[in-house]
Amino acid sequence: MWIYLVKRILLATIIVITAVTLLYSMILAVPGDPVTVLLGPRSTPEMRDTLRAQMGLDKPFYYQIGHFLLNVLQGDLGMDVFSNRPVSTIVFEQLPHTIILILASIGWAILIGVPLGCYSAIHRNSFVDKLTGVFSVGTIAIPSFVIALYALLIFAVELQWLPAIGAGTGGTLVDRIRHLILPALAVGLGWVGYLSRLVRASMLEVLGENHIRTARAFGLPEHVVIFRYALKIAILPTIALLGVGIGYLLSAAVFAEIVFARPGIGKLIYESVMTRNYPIVMGSVLITTIFFVASTMISDIINAGLDPRIRENL
Amino acid sequence: MSEAVNRKMRTERSALYNLLSRLYHNPLGFFGLILVVIVVGSAIFADWIVPYDPIAINIRERLQGPSAKHLMGTDQLGRDVFSRIVMGSRIALKVALVSITLALSCGLVLGLIAGYGPPWLDKIIILIFDTIRSFPTIMFALAIVTLVGPSLETVILVVVITTIPVYGRIVRAQTQAIKNNEFILAERAMGANIIRILSLHMLPNIIGPLLIIASMDLPGVVTIEAGLSFLGVGVRPPTPSWGSVLNDGYSFIRNTPWLIVSGGIPLIITTLGFTFLGEALRDILDPKLRKDI
Amino acid sequence: MGKDRNSVLDIRNLSIEFATTRGRLKALRDVTLSVPPEKIVGLVGESGCGKSTVIFSIIHLLAENAVVTGGEIEFEGRDILKMSPNELRAIRGDRISMVFQDPMTSLNPVLSIDTQMTDIQYRANIDMEEKRNRAVEMLARVGIPDPRQRLANYPHHFSGGMRQRISIAMALLANPALLLADEPTTALDATLEAQIIHRLRQLQDMVHCSILFVSHHLGLIAELCDNVVVMYAGEVVEEGDVRDIFHRAAHPYTQALLECDPARIKEKTRHLPTIPGDIPDLVNLPAGCIFSNRCPQVFSKCRTTAPQRFEVEPGHFARCHLVTEGDVP
Repeated sequence: MWIYLVKRILLATIIVITAVTLLYSMILAVPGDPVTVLLGPRSTPEMRDTLRAQMGLDKPFYYQIGHFLLNVLQGDLGMDVFSNRPVSTIVFEQLPHTIILILASIGWAILIGVPLGCYSAIHRNSFVDKLTGVFSVGTIAIPSFVIALYALLIFAVELQWLPAIGAGTGGTLVDRIRHLILPALAVGLGWVGYLSRLVRASMLEVLGENHIRTARAFGLPEHVVIFRYALKIAILPTIALLGVGIGYLLSAAVFAEIVFARPGIGKLIYESVMTRNYPIVMGSVLITTIFFVASTMISDIINAGLDPRIRENL
Repeated sequence: MSEAVNRKMRTERSALYNLLSRLYHNPLGFFGLILVVIVVGSAIFADWIVPYDPIAINIRERLQGPSAKHLMGTDQLGRDVFSRIVMGSRIALKVALVSITLALSCGLVLGLIAGYGPPWLDKIIILIFDTIRSFPTIMFALAIVTLVGPSLETVILVVVITTIPVYGRIVRAQTQAIKNNEFILAERAMGANIIRILSLHMLPNIIGPLLIIASMDLPGVVTIEAGLSFLGVGVRPPTPSWGSVLNDGYSFIRNTPWLIVSGGIPLIITTLGFTFLGEALRDILDPKLRKDI
Repeated sequence: MGKDRNSVLDIRNLSIEFATTRGRLKALRDVTLSVPPEKIVGLVGESGCGKSTVIFSIIHLLAENAVVTGGEIEFEGRDILKMSPNELRAIRGDRISMVFQDPMTSLNPVLSIDTQMTDIQYRANIDMEEKRNRAVEMLARVGIPDPRQRLANYPHHFSGGMRQRISIAMALLANPALLLADEPTTALDATLEAQIIHRLRQLQDMVHCSILFVSHHLGLIAELCDNVVVMYAGEVVEEGDVRDIFHRAAHPYTQALLECDPARIKEKTRHLPTIPGDIPDLVNLPAGCIFSNRCPQVFSKCRTTAPQRFEVEPGHFARCHLVTEGDVP
């Protein structure tokens, strides 16, 4: 198990390093003076000089990359010359808002999606199963920002049941929760369908296996068979794919934050794109990518931990 | 020789007929097909369908709701929304087709290189593929847009870069399977050249999965374009992308709900249609693919 | 045998069909057999004859497309086919237990042997430690070395033979009245097979249960069983005491089976005898006797009328016109 852990972490690290390299090299792939590219037309000559010195843009490429990588490893993502604050500080300030949104979305998606998937598997081809099937495909296919916009339109603007803007910061806990409901709904809806499909497929496969037949042949109560004997196995592929689905969640969260004017990485990145502030964009992309890579890695490791077969085969 | 050709043509024609009839019996798939036909049809026949010029401004009639005169109402510049939507289908599909084609070709080449080339090159290519796939798509797209500036070409570039890894992996996997196939080794021993091997053995095996994945990718591509345009960093105004209509709708959400409603409908139709169709096709042609991605 | 009120299990005129795309497949037709208390009954026949269907119908774990079209399965005085799911669950793993064919897939791969063996004792009113003790004791009885240490292991830590022994241990833990064994040694090699059979005999002596032992291996049946039931294409064609069947087989199919058994061939030969022909289509059944298209002693009546179950000698039944016409060889 430890060997697997080490291998997996190593792989993740290599990917992150490559990601950093890629993001950095993209600057140089663009025609024109890198500093102007990075800072856009609004920058002053002083800003440009500061950045040029900071980044050592006169030095050879491998020096720049190495220098940057070392900085990243120490948590230094460069300076934002417009506000004169470290990029990492700016990004990490916004990160918690996005994380809360994502956790809330995952939370309700699991609460509804997993039981729905189980039910669909047990009552295969029932009306509920078929309806869930169509619903699942539908909600994953429709872009999350469309769902977010419709939710905003219907519930916040027309019906005025829930607030339309912001995160309710400075208000009470209830206030914050009210501001969280619609965005979490929009982000999580796609996942409800995704999860239920996954769980259903997994459960169906497991329920058809011989050892489930054995469990039933020994008269074990049905809820034991379903949850202890079947779901425990079926949940593995679900967890593995949860890691990959975080990517969808991140993208959806970005749009939700913009649509509902919530603070977070999404809003940060959007504003930075508008001002052509690449260092912040790069920093945000980097942080979220690390987050994504880490979550995929963690779910792979959990997967390995749950299944004794994998645990010992490596 | 021509008898064999005739037989082959006949089986192909009946295979197509077979496919269509099986699709007919799959209600969701058939529904998807209808939606796809609507979208593709409006893209092709846009010029004839649009009642107004999509970019013609008419301030006096701004922000109207649906009426007999304007089926989906007007936007903040008085442009007819229905016309913009219909023309938008052309944009969406154009972007999709161009980028998927480009991505498929590059993916094919890179996948072949990775599969057939030296191991160190393979590892590098795979690493790049995995790295690209580890970026959340919209983030990566925004990074590229920040550097290159917003435009239709940027959107295509973004889509191409983010989808090459998917196709490349499939091609590479097939190439590796072929490489070690004993049958192939025998042929190579007899001196058959690479081109023959590729076209005879690999292409038939990958065309199916690639096409199915491409068709299921299309909604994703359309979504990226719409998403970027919605954020204002996709196609440039006044080009009528569905995303830009949504952008306008968002800005004027308190004035009228109809822009958002109208902008969302074509996206919903396109994504649902292609997804339902793609799923049905996959179930019919190769149920084994259910497990991947 | 016959309608013995003292039977543990009494199957009478059981008929089961499967709904398939081609139509209704008549998998079992008018199957009658019984299992006396504390006896081992062998159920023998080639692949596809319905042996497994019989077994699964006894604990009512048939596939979704199975339809019971007639008959009764009487176990300890009650008809299994009429039981509610809760009643069935009460019996399974308590009064009737089962050992399955493939040891590699019949145990849950992500739960320890400890968990699986204590879970099945959920009905017993004893604490966990006691359940564990019983599990350890049973594992020792089936010949698992170091049972207490190995309780914590998972199935993949054991070889096929060991897993099958664990399965047998689990089946006997419940102290059942009837043990169903669905070809438990088919997936194992010959030496393992011998060991397991030997142990089964010992265990049966100890636990005092009846065993319904399914196999396609005649030698095994001869060695282990007290009674034999021969099935062909969904019907019971012959049943009786093992010695009666092996020495005085009445049905041509049984005779052919015995002839074809490689272990019984007396002289060296290059040609292994087989039964020519194929099993008939069970969706569109032919008229007459089900074996008529392959029977070496077929005559005209066989093709038109199906034979009835007939008592050849006390306790020995066969379904063949030859015996009813008085022409017993």
